[in-house]
Amino acid sequence: MKEAEVIIIGGGIVGCATAYYLAKKGMTDVIVLEGSSSIGHGASSRNGGGVRQSGRDVRELPVAMCAVEKFWPGLSEELGVDTEYTQEGNLRLGKTPAHMKKLEALAESCQSMGLNVYMVDKEKAHEINPYLSDDVMGASFCPTDGHANPLTTTLGYYQKALSLGVQFYTEAKVASLRKVRGQVEDVILDDGTIFKGKKIVLAAGYHSRAIMNTIGLDVPMQDVIDGCIVTEQEPVMFKQMLGCASADFYGHQTRHGSFVFGAEAGGEAYMDIAPETTNFAHPDTLGATCRGVEGYIPKLAGAKIVRSWTGWCDCTADGVCVLGTVEEAPGLILACGFNGHGFGTAPAVAYMMAQIALGEKPLLDLSALAYERFC
Amino acid sequence: MIDINAKLKEIGPYIPEEDDDLLVCRCEEVTKGEIRKAIHSGLFTIEELRRFLRCGMGLCQGQTCGLLTRRLIAKELGTSVHEIDVATSRAPMRPVLMDEASRDHKGE
Repeated sequence: MKEAEVIIIGGGIVGCATAYYLAKKGMTDVIVLEGSSSIGHGASSRNGGGVRQSGRDVRELPVAMCAVEKFWPGLSEELGVDTEYTQEGNLRLGKTPAHMKKLEALAESCQSMGLNVYMVDKEKAHEINPYLSDDVMGASFCPTDGHANPLTTTLGYYQKALSLGVQFYTEAKVASLRKVRGQVEDVILDDGTIFKGKKIVLAAGYHSRAIMNTIGLDVPMQDVIDGCIVTEQEPVMFKQMLGCASADFYGHQTRHGSFVFGAEAGGEAYMDIAPETTNFAHPDTLGATCRGVEGYIPKLAGAKIVRSWTGWCDCTADGVCVLGTVEEAPGLILACGFNGHGFGTAPAVAYMMAQIALGEKPLLDLSALAYERFC
Repeated sequence: MIDINAKLKEIGPYIPEEDDDLLVCRCEEVTKGEIRKAIHSGLFTIEELRRFLRCGMGLCQGQTCGLLTRRLIAKELGTSVHEIDVATSRAPMRPVLMDEASRDHKGE
């Protein structure tokens, strides 16, 4: 049996960053358990790298704004790793009057929460990104949005937490939780090893659901597979993050020069995914993504794809994450259900999970994202 | 279960070697020294090394350097190369024009 003040289940960006912020606050008696062999094996590395506030649900928007204002700007220096954070805006494109209506509604809902996002006409959109197809008739633009490198950021948090004395275990697959006198205290691995913690942070993506089930609770979420394509290195074309009203594609050009684009053909959410499998994609995703991209940036038809990959989204019933303590499970702190857009908010989420674990009042009121909304 | 902290203690700190400037990944220009240093910072799998350094992420997708990198991991961790997982292969196996990939049977 091993003991620590805080046990974190999940070695993804939220788990590693929570460990880092705990250690930074002086709490180094922390253990992180990663089920696979690699840190950041799940959605933390398998995402489009968006650091986006615009287009967010109003319950989640304050967390995204907090991440952009307080955490992302100095993160590379803080971690000693190049996160490649690029704050050049998010351009959300429209091709039809219906698209424009949708973009306006999204922008209005974010403006109501104080976010600077506004509509731009065709000319202005093409000025921001001269490579856009003539079909693009306008866009919404949020100048403080951007993108970063999920791979270096996640591993940067890991290395920094490790160097501060946090204990990490990989291939440590959690089988169950156990309450001791009403308090969630024991974390039991599939090989029978028991970890005992005063606070347990559960940040294991979709696996969080099965782990919650072992103490009789459930999080209404599904694992949905999603894919991305990566091109070879290209000359610098544009720096902003792109998205569109119709969800035809999203993506950006990385610091390295390659483009990362994601899109859905439509069938992905209904795929029966073999558990733990990472090396296949829905057969229609690749072609659909290329068509999506070409329809908005015709010049990229001549770019070569070197790689495609898939990942899982832990999608909740109401489209936003589940954060904070759980009334029926004292001692447990939940951070899961990020619905495919948890990377950008992760630094702020993790900081607040560390605050909650230490009994501090979190930076933001998280009650709209509490587990109890499903009860 | 792998105890990362214990393993790091066991393998000791990164000690520079004379040929650390050798290029292991030619596509992304990653050196032996960079890979060895990263292993000693707690990155023990090819999956993590690829993500952190980009070795094996270029045009050839690690077809040349995959084995070399695994040998380096095995050597630094004091184990056999057969114990080190290979990197996941990703479609397409050779670079493909986006325009070609877009014309699958659904898009034609």
